[in-house]
Amino acid sequence: MTSIPQAAPTTGSLSNAGAPPATHSTPLVEVKNLTVEFPTEDGPFRAVDGIDLHIRRGETLAIVGESGSGKSVTALSLMRLIEFGGGRIVGGSIQLAGRDGGLRDLAQESLPAMNRLRGDEIAMIFQEPMTSLNPVFTIGDQIAEAVMLHQGLGRKEARSEALAMLNKVRIPEAARLLDRYPHQLSGGMRQRVMIAMALSCRPSLLIADEPTTALDVTIQAQILRLVRQLQDEMGMAVMFITHDMGVVAEVADRVLVMYRGKKVEEGVVDDVFARPQAPYTKALLAAVPKLGSLSGAPLPRRFPVLTVEGEAGIATEAERWQDTVEPAAPPILDVDDLFTRFEVRRGLFGRLTGRIHAVERVSFKVHPGETLALVGESGCGKSTAGRTIMQLQAPDSGSIRFSGRDIFAMPEAERRRMHQKIQYIFQDPYASLNPRVTVGFSIAEPLITHNLAKGAGVEERVAQLLVDVGLSPDHAKRYPHEFSGGQRQRICIARALACEPDLIIADEAVSALDVSIQAQIVNLLMDLQEKRRLAYLFISHDMAVVERVSHRVAVMYLGQIVEIGPRQAVFENPQHAYTRRLMAAVPIADPARRDRSRPLLEGEIPSPMRKLGDEPIWAPLVEVEPGHFVARHPVGDFA
Amino acid sequence: MLNYLARRLVGTIPVIVALSVLVFAFVHLLPGDPARLVAGQDATPEDVQAVRVSLGLDRPLWEQYFRFVSNAVQGDFGTSLKTRRTVAEEIGERFMPTVWLTVFSMIWATIFGLLIGVLSGVKRGRWQDYTGMLVAVSGISFPAFWLGLLLIDLFSVRLGWLPTGGYGTWQHFVMPSFTLGLGVAAVMARFTRSAFVEITREDYVRTARAKGVPERFVIWKHTLRNALVPVITMVGLQFGFLLGGSIVVETVFSWPGLGRLLVDSVSYRDYPVIQAEILIFSLEFILINLAVDVLYAVANPEIRYR
Repeated sequence: MTSIPQAAPTTGSLSNAGAPPATHSTPLVEVKNLTVEFPTEDGPFRAVDGIDLHIRRGETLAIVGESGSGKSVTALSLMRLIEFGGGRIVGGSIQLAGRDGGLRDLAQESLPAMNRLRGDEIAMIFQEPMTSLNPVFTIGDQIAEAVMLHQGLGRKEARSEALAMLNKVRIPEAARLLDRYPHQLSGGMRQRVMIAMALSCRPSLLIADEPTTALDVTIQAQILRLVRQLQDEMGMAVMFITHDMGVVAEVADRVLVMYRGKKVEEGVVDDVFARPQAPYTKALLAAVPKLGSLSGAPLPRRFPVLTVEGEAGIATEAERWQDTVEPAAPPILDVDDLFTRFEVRRGLFGRLTGRIHAVERVSFKVHPGETLALVGESGCGKSTAGRTIMQLQAPDSGSIRFSGRDIFAMPEAERRRMHQKIQYIFQDPYASLNPRVTVGFSIAEPLITHNLAKGAGVEERVAQLLVDVGLSPDHAKRYPHEFSGGQRQRICIARALACEPDLIIADEAVSALDVSIQAQIVNLLMDLQEKRRLAYLFISHDMAVVERVSHRVAVMYLGQIVEIGPRQAVFENPQHAYTRRLMAAVPIADPARRDRSRPLLEGEIPSPMRKLGDEPIWAPLVEVEPGHFVARHPVGDFA
Repeated sequence: MLNYLARRLVGTIPVIVALSVLVFAFVHLLPGDPARLVAGQDATPEDVQAVRVSLGLDRPLWEQYFRFVSNAVQGDFGTSLKTRRTVAEEIGERFMPTVWLTVFSMIWATIFGLLIGVLSGVKRGRWQDYTGMLVAVSGISFPAFWLGLLLIDLFSVRLGWLPTGGYGTWQHFVMPSFTLGLGVAAVMARFTRSAFVEITREDYVRTARAKGVPERFVIWKHTLRNALVPVITMVGLQFGFLLGGSIVVETVFSWPGLGRLLVDSVSYRDYPVIQAEILIFSLEFILINLAVDVLYAVANPEIRYR
């Protein structure tokens, strides 16, 4: 299964002083038969089972797999951090070619010896930049600490080295940042700080564990590019852990696919993508949405889900176009000039100093059987718009008409009836189910509250709903913790369906799920749309999924819709500069299409907070082709 | 930071005003006529009337309140009914012994509580943890008056090493401050342990290890520094507990402090003294909490820079 790797891409000069000449034939790291176990009440659980891998100098090896595949455990084992998480390396070796030229087996090293290596020869960055920096120390101190530990520099020299590193990770005004604390920085900036810290001693191996998963897509693109540039400058090897095939296609030289603790495939990135060998890899690749794969077609399309059955067999679910919109029907949801703002109060007496313009004169319509996607990055106002429609948040002004009637003008009783016709599915299926009641109770509750079923009828409806979302009726008696993330999201969907809604607002409903599960849930949503003529307001940051599910797309930026129109028009003929940059930032799960020099958005995502009296400019959107509208007035950085 | 400090200071003003009203109302809420109380059981109605006028109790209530406040600000709380000395004198000589006892108890209790808490947190699930927590639970469960009596019996009566009570040398401090601080040390140990265990699971602790920070710095720098943030809040709350505890301990060890003065005044119904003591205890509590809030901000940059 292992294919012979090509020579690593040429890298800049190796800057490691005293490093032996880089010979591409001897790997920097060679892992053999690595086995890691966690003790549990039912005996040891084998998280990593006999993994072999190697990484050469200057090379990027991506390890992909879904949650629980053992990819992070592998990474933490190389750092020997796994022991602090309760794991134990029970077999195998981890050979590292040290700077001094000697070979060491990291699996056998003592803790003090590992402390000398960690942060010096091998360094690691993590998924959560928000929580990975110590909140009580300054940025400068945290970077300087590593420098002082490993290079024996004094406080002053270490500080100037920290400054040099911050400049190296392209942080603007780095000198001012040295004395700041982590909470004063955005997620993207914190990840840059993490990288600066990890690279401060010029490691020969950088382990990056999902370093961009928590970041917005434009920031992700910046960070991926930064890691690659620094890799070229420093000539280090990178082990990149991710679940995102798009990121793999973007960064990797070679790929290793993991499934349930085992290696199922390894090879050069182009080969693995073009000619996957293992059934699991095939299934994984089939489930990955590739931006641009629906070019030329106007309708949404189901995912071709392959399910791995046993070792070899694959069950296939066919792709199908989704034509559910009744164009002549009046809109089910009509939002007009909606404003939602939050007040910002400061100072001794809580003076009103500004407002967050979360939703700024937003107008759109959703027709029965239609999916309108609301896309944008954090802080663009897409979730606030959804919450305002759901009446979880009061708007400042504007109207929301549902089935032709203004919901703010309705009497209370009618509004409550209408409430059941609009349902919400949230991002986190773990947090949105009450852990103390059975899932049957969770699904039955809206039925009872809204008087939709009585007595034995309730049980029947719950059973039917569970079948509708692909679960079995006897699941009703179980509790949420007995289900996986995907199953929980199905339960949340069943609960939403209980009220016989006409419109479902899905706020990042598939973002937290593994790709194969994500594909199944998206297909389920599409099936339900077909059967019940449901309309969806699909709020998402993921352009590739949006391409699959939506009939129309609205792009939000700084609270405004900057572009709205049929999905095909917006994706194939994006008119607004922000839409184009957003699409360019999406990593495409196809190494043949990678373009490492495409222009990216610079800097941070701007804040929707404005000073009092500083009103944003607004002008009506301009129709560029039938149904496709674009903002031609300046919004934020886009003039 | 200055903004934060200013906001905290402004925030205490209404608390102090409310406190002064309550303390003032104290005498007026008691059953019976305060003038009669002051004049004594055997006083004639004329005497009572004379006392009422001399104390200003015949004036309108708001005027009495403002006089009370302006006198209190100048340290004038009237005279003790028992000793006929001014309340300021009575309290003045009892104030420092109590302060020393409280501060000394707090310091050792915090240090030991922290050490036991960290040890238990680092060695969680092992014998050091179980021993530490057993000691802590016992410390919380021991009633102070009983512990005090046991200590006196052992170290003073049987062994003769330490004085049974009183105030003066360092030997006088040992048993009272041990008795007073034990409960606090136990609470601190438990609290530090749970804060420490929680912080150990944080991503930034893993980051520190990934940098190659040696384990002792991971514990004493990266983890403890963060665990201190909630622990500091606890110190403030425990101070209140100590102020209350000093009443018992000072009585057991005949400590010439405010706690014992309070007990004596209550049994004698010495209202001016009680009134002044309530005010002082409450003010101390407010000031300590203010200090804790400031310390909290020093330890936690997220508050300092808001």
